[in-house]
Amino acid sequence: MSNLKPGEEAVISGFTDELKYLQLMEMGCIPGEKVRLLSKAPFGDPISIQVGSYKLSIRKSEARNILIEKHSEDTRSLQQA
Amino acid sequence: MKTHAAGLKKIALVGNPNSGKTSLFNALTHLRQKVGNYPGVTVDIKKGTAEIASRRIEIIDLPGTYSIYPKSDDERIVSEVLLDSTHPSHPDAVVVVIDATNLKRNLLFCSQIIDIGLPTIAVLTMADMLEKRGIRIDPAKLSEQLGIPVLLVNARRQKGIEKLKHYLKKGFDRPKKEIYSDIPLPSTLLKAGRRLYPDASNYFIWLEILRAQESRKSQDSKMKVLRELLRVEQVNIALIQGKETLGRYKKIEEIIMESVDDSLHKSVQISERLDDVFTHRVWGPLILLAILFLVFQAVFFLADFPMRWVEDGTAWVSTIFSNYLPTGWFKSLLVEGVIAGLGGIVVFIPQIAILFGFLSILEDTGYMARISYITDRIMRGVGLSGKSVIPLISGMACAIPAIMATRSIENWRNRLVTILITPFMTCSARLPVYTLLISIGIPSKTLLGFINLQGLVLLAMYLLGIGMSMAIAYILRFFIPADGKSLFVMEMPLYRAPRWRNVFITMYERSKVFVTEAGKVILIISIVLWFLASFGPADLGMHHEEFNTEQMTNAQYKSYKLKHSFAGYLGKAIEPVIRPIGFDWRMGIAVITSFAAREVFAGTMATIYSVEGDGDEFHSVREAMLHDVDAHGRKVYSLATVLSLLVFYAFAMQCMSTLAVVKRETKSWKWPAIQFAYMTVIAYSASFIVYQLFR
Repeated sequence: MSNLKPGEEAVISGFTDELKYLQLMEMGCIPGEKVRLLSKAPFGDPISIQVGSYKLSIRKSEARNILIEKHSEDTRSLQQA
Repeated sequence: MKTHAAGLKKIALVGNPNSGKTSLFNALTHLRQKVGNYPGVTVDIKKGTAEIASRRIEIIDLPGTYSIYPKSDDERIVSEVLLDSTHPSHPDAVVVVIDATNLKRNLLFCSQIIDIGLPTIAVLTMADMLEKRGIRIDPAKLSEQLGIPVLLVNARRQKGIEKLKHYLKKGFDRPKKEIYSDIPLPSTLLKAGRRLYPDASNYFIWLEILRAQESRKSQDSKMKVLRELLRVEQVNIALIQGKETLGRYKKIEEIIMESVDDSLHKSVQISERLDDVFTHRVWGPLILLAILFLVFQAVFFLADFPMRWVEDGTAWVSTIFSNYLPTGWFKSLLVEGVIAGLGGIVVFIPQIAILFGFLSILEDTGYMARISYITDRIMRGVGLSGKSVIPLISGMACAIPAIMATRSIENWRNRLVTILITPFMTCSARLPVYTLLISIGIPSKTLLGFINLQGLVLLAMYLLGIGMSMAIAYILRFFIPADGKSLFVMEMPLYRAPRWRNVFITMYERSKVFVTEAGKVILIISIVLWFLASFGPADLGMHHEEFNTEQMTNAQYKSYKLKHSFAGYLGKAIEPVIRPIGFDWRMGIAVITSFAAREVFAGTMATIYSVEGDGDEFHSVREAMLHDVDAHGRKVYSLATVLSLLVFYAFAMQCMSTLAVVKRETKSWKWPAIQFAYMTVIAYSASFIVYQLFR
C-alpha cells in the first residue's frame, strides 16, 4: 500500500471487493480509468480525486478499496499521505 | 418493438445529478409545478405541466441518480415509477438528460433507461463547454448508435427547447435496439419472466426480478410469482450488476468511439484555482465560516423585516375583524384562532424563502459540495456526514426551514438523525424567552472586568443547544445504525454562476410546500390551542364560579379568563408533575400555550400577571415576574427556577410548526411523536437536575 501524492496520477486496476463498489463504478471509477489525487480536505479527510473529466470527493476509508497501478509497476491502493 | 402512438401525456425526466435536469424541468414548466405525494414514500416527486401547442403534457422530475440500481430511497422511486405500469406517475415516455462533458458516465444510466424499453429521447446539455475542450459530439451518429433521438439543448440560453417540445408533441418511438442484454439469469427465471412480460426486454425482466426481491410485501401477482421463484433459484445480484456495469462501459466506449471526435482534445486538467482557495487548509474553513455566518445572519435578521410586516398585517386584519364583528365566540374564533393561526403560518415564509434562496445559490454554484467536503471529517465523529452542516446551522435561525433543508441529505438514516437533532439548535423563537428569563434570574454582573454574566449565560444556552444535538446524534448511532450500504462518494461539480430562475423557483416552491402541507396542521393546532385558552368549564356550563368580573380592568379580565380556561385548569392539573422541576401552575399554563411557538411564553406571562398590554410590555412583565413571591414570601423566580425554565425551553419540543414540518418531511406521525416524546423527557430530566442542584 503505497501513497499517491496530491497531483499524482495512476490507473484504476480494480477493487478490493468488487461486489461492494458498484456505486464507485457507476460514478465512473472503472478499471482502466485514470485517476488523479487532487487534494485533501482541510481536516485531512475526505480526499478529492479527478476521474475522467470530473471531480469526486471520497472518504479515505472508501478510497482504500480502489486498487491502482502507478506507471504500470505494481498494484497499490488509492491511499495517500 | 412497438411504435408509440403520438400524443404523449406523461413524460419522466431522468438523469445524473448535476446534469442540468432541474434547469430543463424549469425551462419546460416555469411555475406550473407541484409536489406529488405518495403514501408511504418519503420522497417528493416534482411534477409540472408543459404547454405545447395548446396541449398540456405532464412532466415528472425524478431524483437525479447515477444508475437504475437505487442507493437511497430517493433513487428507488426512479425504478419504481419507470417499471411499475400501475404507478400513478408511470410515464408514457422518458427524457434522459445527459451532461455532455461527462458523456461516458452519463451514458451508463442512459443505456440502462434505453434497455427498459419505454419510448426514450436523450437530451445533451452543456455541449457548448465541449467546444472549448476540443471535443465534438455528432448527435446524429450518437442517435444512430443509441437507437433513440438525441438533441442538443442549452436550458440557460433556451436553445433547443423548442425542438424538444416538438418531439414531445409529436411523440417518439421505443428504442430501436437493446444496448446491453447479457444478463446471466437462470433459464427458469428468464422463462418465467418472459411468460409474465411477453413483450418486454431482457433487462426489464431482470429489473422486475430485482423489484420482486426488494418489495417483500407487494401483493402484485407478478411480483409474487417472481418472489416464489427467487426462493428456489439463487441469484448473485451484486455479481450480475458488477459484470453488467463493466459490460455497459465497454459498449459505451464503442459508441463514443463512433460518435465523438476528440482528435483535437486537450487533456483536461480541471481548473483547480478556485478550489485551491475554497478548500484550502486555512482559507477553506475561514471562507466557509464567513459564508455560513452570512446565511445565518440573512435568515435571522433579513427575514426580520418581512416577518414584522406579516405580524403588523395580521394585527391590522385582526383589528378590522374585531371592529366589525359582534363580540362573541365566533369573533374570538376568527380573530384569535383562524387569523392568528394563518398569520403564524405566513410569518415563516420570509425565513423559508431567504434560506432556500441562499441554499439554491450555494447548490447552483457548486459550493454546497465543498461545504460537505470541508466539514465531513467533523460530522463523522457523531455518525453524520458533511451534508448535515447546513440544516444544523440553519436551525440556529429557525428549525422549520432547516428541517426542510435536510432534503439534500441522500442517506435516509443521516437525514432522519439530522431532523431529530435540529430542534435542539437555539432558534430565534427561543431568544425572547431567554432574554426575559435571563434578565429576571441572572444578575447583571461583570466578570473579569469585561464579560457580562447575562451575555455569558446566553452564549452558554447556544452552546448547550449545539452540545445536546451532537450528543443525541452520537447516541442515536446505537438506535438507528448506519445502513453501511451506501458510500459517501460525492461529485464536486464545476463552479458556475447561479441560475437566477432556478433560485426564484426554489424559493417559491419551498414556501408553497410549507404553506399548503405543514400549514394545515399548524392551523388546526392553533385553533385547538385557541379553544383551550379561551374557553373553560364555566363557558360550557359545567360548573359556575360566582365571580364579579364587572369591576375588573381589561387586563385583569383577560387574566381571569385565562386562569379559568381549559389551559388554565390544565396548567394547575399538571402542577404536581412540574413541581419537582420548580414550575408552578402559571408556568404550567405558559408551557401549554407556548406549544404554539416558544415566544408565546412572554405574552402568556403578560396575560397571567394582568399586565396592561401597551408600550413597555417587556419591562412590565419582567417587573411583575421579578417581584412575584409565593405564600412563604420567597421569590417565585429564584435562580433555580429560572435556570430550570431556561434548560426546559432549550430542550423541549415547544413548537407545533416544527412537528408539522417533521411530519411532512418524514411522511408519518411516528417520527414527530418520537421526537416530541424524547425531547420532553430530556427537557424534564435536565430541568429536574438543574432545579435540584441550585435549590
